[in-house]
Amino acid sequence: MHQTIVINKIPRMNIILRLTKMATCHKWNLILAYLCMLGATTSFLITPKFIGKAVDKISSSYNEGIIPTSLIIETIIAIVLLMSIRGFLSFWQTSLGENLSHKIAYSLRNMFFNKVQTISFDFHDRWHTGELISRAISDIENVRMSINMGLMRAPYFLAMFIIVSILLINLHWLLGIISIAFMPIISLNSINVRLKMRRLLHKIQKTTAELSTISQENFSGAKVVRSFASSKYEQSKFDSKNQEIFYQTVDAEKLRAKNATFMRFAFTVSIGIVLLIGGRLVINEELTWGELTQFIIYMQILSMPVSMAAWLVNAYARAVSSGERLFEILDSKSKLKETSNTLKINKSNGHILFKDVSFGYDENNLVLKNLNLEIKTGEKIAIIGPPGSGKTTIANLIPRFYDVTGGKILLDNIDIKQINLNSLRRNIGLIQQDIFLFATTIKENISYGKEDATMEEVIQAAKTAQIHNYIQTLDKGYDTILGERGTDLSGGQRQRLGIARAVILNPSILIMDDTTSSVDTETETLINQSLESIMKNRTTLIISNRISTVQKANKIFVLEQGEIIEEGLHQELLEKNGIYKNIYNLQLKPTETQSKNTIK
Amino acid sequence: MKYRPQGTSVDNQIEEIFGKAYDHKVISRLVPFLKPQKKLLFMAISAMLIFVITQSSFPYIIKIGIDNHILTKDIEGLTWVFVAFISIAFINWGSGYLQETFASRMSQGVLQNLRSKLFSHLQKLPMSFYDKTEVGRLMSRMHGDVGQLQEVGALIVATSGELLSLIGIIIFLMIMSFKLAIITLIVVPALFILLIVWQKLAKKLYIENRISHSVTINNLAETINGSKIIQILTRQKTNMQLFDTKNSHLLKTSKSATYVSSGVLPGVDFLTSIAISLVIFFGSQMIGHSLDIGVLIAFVMYVQRFFDPLRQITMSYTQFQRAMASGNRIFEIMDIKPEINESIRSKELKSIEGNIAFNNLTFSYTHNNPVLKNINLEVKSGETLAIVGHTGSGKTTLISLLSRLYNIPLESGSIEIDGINIQNVTRDSLLNQMSIVLQEPFLFSGTIMDNIKYRLTESSREEVINASKTVNAHNFISDLELGYDTRILERGSNLSTGQRQLISFARAILSNPKILILDEATANIDSTTEDLIQNALKNLVHKRTAIIIAHRLSTIRDADKIAVMDQGSLIEVGNHIELIKSNGLYKKLYDFNYDSIELANK
Ligand SMILES: Nc1ncnc2c1ncn2[C@@H]1O[C@H](COP(=O)(O)OP(=O)(O)O)[C@@H](O)[C@H]1O
Ligand SMILES: Nc1ncnc2c1ncn2[C@@H]1O[C@H](COP(=O)(O)OP(=O)(O)O)[C@@H](O)[C@H]1O
Ligand SMILES: [Mg+2]
Ligand SMILES: [Mg+2]
Repeated sequence: MHQTIVINKIPRMNIILRLTKMATCHKWNLILAYLCMLGATTSFLITPKFIGKAVDKISSSYNEGIIPTSLIIETIIAIVLLMSIRGFLSFWQTSLGENLSHKIAYSLRNMFFNKVQTISFDFHDRWHTGELISRAISDIENVRMSINMGLMRAPYFLAMFIIVSILLINLHWLLGIISIAFMPIISLNSINVRLKMRRLLHKIQKTTAELSTISQENFSGAKVVRSFASSKYEQSKFDSKNQEIFYQTVDAEKLRAKNATFMRFAFTVSIGIVLLIGGRLVINEELTWGELTQFIIYMQILSMPVSMAAWLVNAYARAVSSGERLFEILDSKSKLKETSNTLKINKSNGHILFKDVSFGYDENNLVLKNLNLEIKTGEKIAIIGPPGSGKTTIANLIPRFYDVTGGKILLDNIDIKQINLNSLRRNIGLIQQDIFLFATTIKENISYGKEDATMEEVIQAAKTAQIHNYIQTLDKGYDTILGERGTDLSGGQRQRLGIARAVILNPSILIMDDTTSSVDTETETLINQSLESIMKNRTTLIISNRISTVQKANKIFVLEQGEIIEEGLHQELLEKNGIYKNIYNLQLKPTETQSKNTIK
Repeated sequence: MKYRPQGTSVDNQIEEIFGKAYDHKVISRLVPFLKPQKKLLFMAISAMLIFVITQSSFPYIIKIGIDNHILTKDIEGLTWVFVAFISIAFINWGSGYLQETFASRMSQGVLQNLRSKLFSHLQKLPMSFYDKTEVGRLMSRMHGDVGQLQEVGALIVATSGELLSLIGIIIFLMIMSFKLAIITLIVVPALFILLIVWQKLAKKLYIENRISHSVTINNLAETINGSKIIQILTRQKTNMQLFDTKNSHLLKTSKSATYVSSGVLPGVDFLTSIAISLVIFFGSQMIGHSLDIGVLIAFVMYVQRFFDPLRQITMSYTQFQRAMASGNRIFEIMDIKPEINESIRSKELKSIEGNIAFNNLTFSYTHNNPVLKNINLEVKSGETLAIVGHTGSGKTTLISLLSRLYNIPLESGSIEIDGINIQNVTRDSLLNQMSIVLQEPFLFSGTIMDNIKYRLTESSREEVINASKTVNAHNFISDLELGYDTRILERGSNLSTGQRQLISFARAILSNPKILILDEATANIDSTTEDLIQNALKNLVHKRTAIIIAHRLSTIRDADKIAVMDQGSLIEVGNHIELIKSNGLYKKLYDFNYDSIELANK
């Protein structure tokens, strides 16, 4: 949703500079490419000289009627030779240039990948996945193409313009100057267009991202869309953005066409002028036939760079706007700072202490307020509370997915900010409320955090999570490939895979965030039973809103609006007759009274 | 129709990723999209013709200037040629601009239409399609593949322009000197041989490159999606290594593909030089008697341009292949028939009473694996039905069928509302009178207000607030800084699961439906809130038919009718007291629920 702040965040020149810097890392590649380019351009630009010479020879013998065949053959050999050299060198020039751009794209992809998988959670809360994917795919490709254009094509064209200008002025200074007079005109025009183009491209990219969000949500929310019979509404949302893209793209195309055709026109007019003035000069015998030929052929050679100049303008605009979007991601800073001299812990004792912890996802909105909470080694602690009270937030703070705003969290009496992040997280098994599964086999999903796990370990974890029996009923068992997000599994089955995935890590701290809310009571009981054995020698934090899940805990905390309002054993809390008792009554009482009435 | 990369063999992938450069099937399917653009197409072609003629006439005009006027020292004539040259340049400019704008307008129009049609087709596909298809794949159809076609639009225009100018050049060559033209054209067969050989080489490398690309991108996309769990399980290092392997392979294949695609350059340059040599050699022999010097210059100019179109075509060859493959994939989706055939005979369902009857209903997602077995069940208008049973017993399936997410085959029984088979009415008219709160809340980007209103964009703020109050969502929403105007972040991450559930609850209530269905809607909500909702529901349920699926039996106790499901069969029906008495599965479930709390206290 933060697409709007993109524009002008990073200075434009910076982006071009940074991309150039990335290219200069491949020094030899770049130097070789430029050398080839120089050679190719030189041999290419010498060729018209020979053609001109041939024409001169032919025209001098024109009246005599004798053709100096040997001289002509010499010229021809020179032409074939030069053109072959140019072909060879331009092959290398193009290949080297393209490869350079591929290398940069490769580094950008790696950087992007690493950034998204290491940056802190708040970043992912802010960015839509669709938006990130589109930046990873199209913006990197745009930048890649622009690198080739900007670093190879542009200097090539520039070199051609300069060399041709010198050659032409050398041939005949007046005609030379006249023939290149179009260049400043089209340069000015390009500079003008470039700015407008950038603005248009920005708009298009923004609308495209919006359109892709609409479709992404439509597809992943297919069930909701259908249940609400809202396909017409969805279609109208889609169509209006689609229409917007149409107009914006047509506008950009128009601008590009306007620019390109104007350049071509200015250039064509120059050829006409060369014909008129050059012709007069030939008539006045101030210019030879061969020289006129050279003029015309050189001008024609320039037609390619001229028509490509419009593309260069586009490429530049695209590089800048795609580069901005890319660097915005790559420059994002993880809010979590890891100091250099952090402590690596191997096996934690699992003693957790929250000391006056307060936390807010944004500064002026505290979700947790002055929280004090101790979980001793091997204890089983439960937190119960209404949605939004901050339970998940507590679970996220322990592995340091967010940093506390105030106070501190201690693990084995060490501030977790002083612990090496990976070693901290390795000690904690967090089972989230929503289970994300990867589109791979069940086995690989279970062993995701422990790649070297043996099949036995995987099966053991699955058994512990009470999912082994179900997996056995599948045709391919553990090799069954899951669809995206495990859509072919029920909520309860996904939860149990999530448990298996955490259990296999054998963490000293286990956190279960509402793990059993979407399974039936029987399955819940089964899971709880099996978890009992796992929980035995580790610290466990259970988050739930079901009394049945939390009642056996060593200590139960009742959380409301980020504050602990009651704590104690199940029995103690019942006797307190407070909120906990209230919840208990709501969950049990009706059936209790009922059962007394009916059964007894 | 499965769209899973893992399931397809490499051969299939090759087919999928790399089609033919010209695929008649795809082109013929695109033609209907061109129809509405007929006028633009006609104008673009006309403009293009003028453009090509003027563009290829320039060397010829130069030739006239040289041969007819400079040679004869006719300065006035030369001036007139200049005037003609400039006038034609003007026409060239105008026609070029028109051609390009018409063409882009046209191809953008086609794309817009295609995108919209694809989207609307996807709306009609049944749930079973979405169960099997990854969102990522659909996204790449919707945006990646349609985008490929966009480039092909531009390419077709550019390529046909180039082809036309090739013809133009040949005609002008013939006009100037038939003999020299034939001699020059000798190189053309050699060029074709070169291209064919090159083509064979290129194909294999391009395939590898495309496969490598899609593998890398898929990996990247999945990591973006799963970034949080990756950090929870601290697998960044391994992931980075795995990705780098794929990425390096992509780099390698891209390099090979580059070598091949630029490999055509030396060949073309060599042949160009041969053609120029031929012109100079034979031209010089003919000069004086059958040829003037201007012709020679014009020939050299034409021959140089001659190879540009061919070069353009070889360069766009792979682009065409890619586009055809994309087109194939798009039309493959367009060809999937909406399972639920909304026949023209489907009636609008009038305002309903809310009597629901399941008659001999049997259903399976996949063949011979029935999930529902011969269900017979009736709910009267205004009644509340509770469905209980183990996970996987078919409760969700039952209501999915009621909301017509899946098709009920003719011989597998029926669902009737007020005596009308729901398969015979339009989906919209059915679903407009029914609301479902799904097990998993789903929120759209936008504000909380937008999400509660959802389809009913015309609802007033009061209505929205009333609905929220009913489900007890109002309190937490007004506690938020921006209240109802709070924006929902990615996947609702700024709300807790329970809060998301409350919002989707409010969304369901807003339309004031005749039938209300709750599928474990309160699983993520705490007991206090649930109790409040329960009380509110008493009023809501009062005037309408309700179906409630829940695990917590306290939720269900008050229902008029309780249906107990087990492995797809309906095994008990009755109210709470009856079922407890009959001592069946319900009693067992009930005791379990009760025990799990009470036992622990002992
Ligand atoms: N990523 C986030 N960004 C902003 N606000 C959040 C985020 N996650 C949760 N919140 C807010 O913090 C509060 C506590 O949420 P949470 O810890 O998920 O509650 P619980 O798990 O107890 O239901 C809620 O008001 C919620 O809206
Ligand atoms: N979309 C689907 N495709 C294939 N099988 C499904 C699908 N949805 C559910 N199932 C299977 O059908 C059975 C019944 O599932 P469901 O109706 O969701 O049960 P419940 O809601 O009672 O937990 C389960 O075995 C489940 O695995
Ligand atoms: Mg939570
Ligand atoms: Mg269900």
